Amino acid sequence: MNVLLTRRLLPWSTTVGLLVLWQLVCVVLRVDTFILPSPLEVSRSLVQNTGLIMVNALQTLMTTVAGFALGVAAGMALGLLLGTSRTVYDGLYPVMIGFNSIPKVAIVPVLVIWFGIGTVPAILTAFVTAAFPIVVNVATGLATIEPEWQDVLRVLGARKWQILMKIGIPRALPYFFASLKVAITLAFVGSVVAETVAANAGIGFLMMTASGRFDVPLVFAGLVVVGAMGILMYEVFARLERRLTFWAIRSGDLIT
Amino acid sequence: MPSVAAGAEPRPRRKALPADREPIIRLEGASLVYGGPQGVVALMDANLRIDAGELVAVVGPSGCGKSSLLKLVSGLHPARSGSVVVAGRPVTGPLKICGMAFQNAMLLPWRTTIGNVLLPLEIVDSHAARFRRHRAEYEAQARELLATVGLAGFEDKYPWQLSGGMQQRASLCRALIHSPELLLLDEPFASLDPFTREELWDVVQDLWLERRPTVVLVTHDLREAVYLADTVYVISPRPGRVLSRTTIDLPRPRRLADTYKPQFIDVSHALREQIATGARP
Ligand SMILES: Nc1ncnc2c1ncn2[C@@H]1O[C@H](COP(=O)(O)OP(=O)(O)OP(=O)(O)O)[C@@H](O)[C@H]1O
Ligand SMILES: [Mg+2]
Repeated sequence: MNVLLTRRLLPWSTTVGLLVLWQLVCVVLRVDTFILPSPLEVSRSLVQNTGLIMVNALQTLMTTVAGFALGVAAGMALGLLLGTSRTVYDGLYPVMIGFNSIPKVAIVPVLVIWFGIGTVPAILTAFVTAAFPIVVNVATGLATIEPEWQDVLRVLGARKWQILMKIGIPRALPYFFASLKVAITLAFVGSVVAETVAANAGIGFLMMTASGRFDVPLVFAGLVVVGAMGILMYEVFARLERRLTFWAIRSGDLIT
Repeated sequence: MPSVAAGAEPRPRRKALPADREPIIRLEGASLVYGGPQGVVALMDANLRIDAGELVAVVGPSGCGKSSLLKLVSGLHPARSGSVVVAGRPVTGPLKICGMAFQNAMLLPWRTTIGNVLLPLEIVDSHAARFRRHRAEYEAQARELLATVGLAGFEDKYPWQLSGGMQQRASLCRALIHSPELLLLDEPFASLDPFTREELWDVVQDLWLERRPTVVLVTHDLREAVYLADTVYVISPRPGRVLSRTTIDLPRPRRLADTYKPQFIDVSHALREQIATGARP
């Protein structure tokens, strides 16, 4: 079979394989539905609750994308600052590490106090989770520019902002896009976590209420939907990356 | 744009400048040190005077500080001691009159070859505004220039799609495109085959005869130095010192056949001897 086709099919076959394994485990070991529903039960629940899931999935998606967009804007701005100013870097980096080490669940209660239960805490949680990898990557991309490339412009009498525009930003783009892929999946983590604690809509909220009713298949259906949305959004940004920074990903192969 | 017609008209040799005239580049006791007080001394106590419009070659063994000399002149690296004066002003930072071809091509991988060549026009003040309005015109110039170094048809390829020698030629075009007053060439022909190299000697010579920029050419090839230069400086092994200054008094335009004449060969040998004795402790 041709190599490209194999590479296309591999993720699907792996997924199907894992589902079959899961089903087998449930059937052979007679696992209780309350502990671990089988894939068939989960998909039955998915079909039965399509409307409900759709509404909440859409809510989660909007929340995540909103938080992610904020994260991109803030992450880029902060990354630019950090990557171009030694002072800002030295002053801010440790603080940011500290802030990022705080589990994001822990800030949800604070957000609830400030904004009440609803969409806002979820958006903000997605935002703070997504921003960090973007900041770090953009800053790294800018801070690791080869001095020889800067010399190419410096020798022409280029000003600092020109070096930033002509070399800094193009050079940081691959780092930026790599971080977007991570950031979008983290944004889902942030929004769903917040929804389970402090929302009245969204997949996280749906899972929480389903769990309260011991509707375990629906809880799992929620997990599957979040996972699927994550893969979808990741793919969107992976494609964007391949299109815009093709010069940095030339071989398409990993180190062999 | 460079005229590369084989029989470019012989021009009268530039009249010798009066001795008291201020040279465009003047180094007095200039030293360049990388790193702190215990750093590497790349260039020591260098004294040079280069006149405007002169074509100077700098030769010397690997690691002796030739590239460092260019960094000093271009203002990319400050002198640790001594003075560097270019165009009448002490050099305190990068100048605005330079075109430089680096030892490694250093093309930007996200730009096509022509995009790389056009880069200086986007930066240099005297061109930037005009460039935005007359892009097509400049692009035609860049294509023409690329064609003179044998890169026609590769304008829209990315640097990583070119061979090492092709990248070097593109990098040479990038140094030339904005017709700089001061042209700094760091072994621009090092990764080329002898035939292409000799063709490019003539490209550079014709261009120099036409526009008369000041050129500092770093090279390991003594024939190249003698063929192109008015003056050849020999630098000693590290820490680099200027060992000698040789004036090459061969008529221009020089042609390849001249390189087989006794006068040419004698000068090359004399230089070789200087480098060999300079290399001995
Ligand atoms: N960025 C740097 N940092 C520290 N040391 C350096 C740096 N660049 C050059 N050197 C040192 O300075 C000395 C002179 O280097 P330079 O690049 O000027 O040599 P060169 O004459 O151009 O040699 P080559 O002919 O091999 O290109 C070398 O000994 C090198 O180790
Ligand atoms: Mg060198």
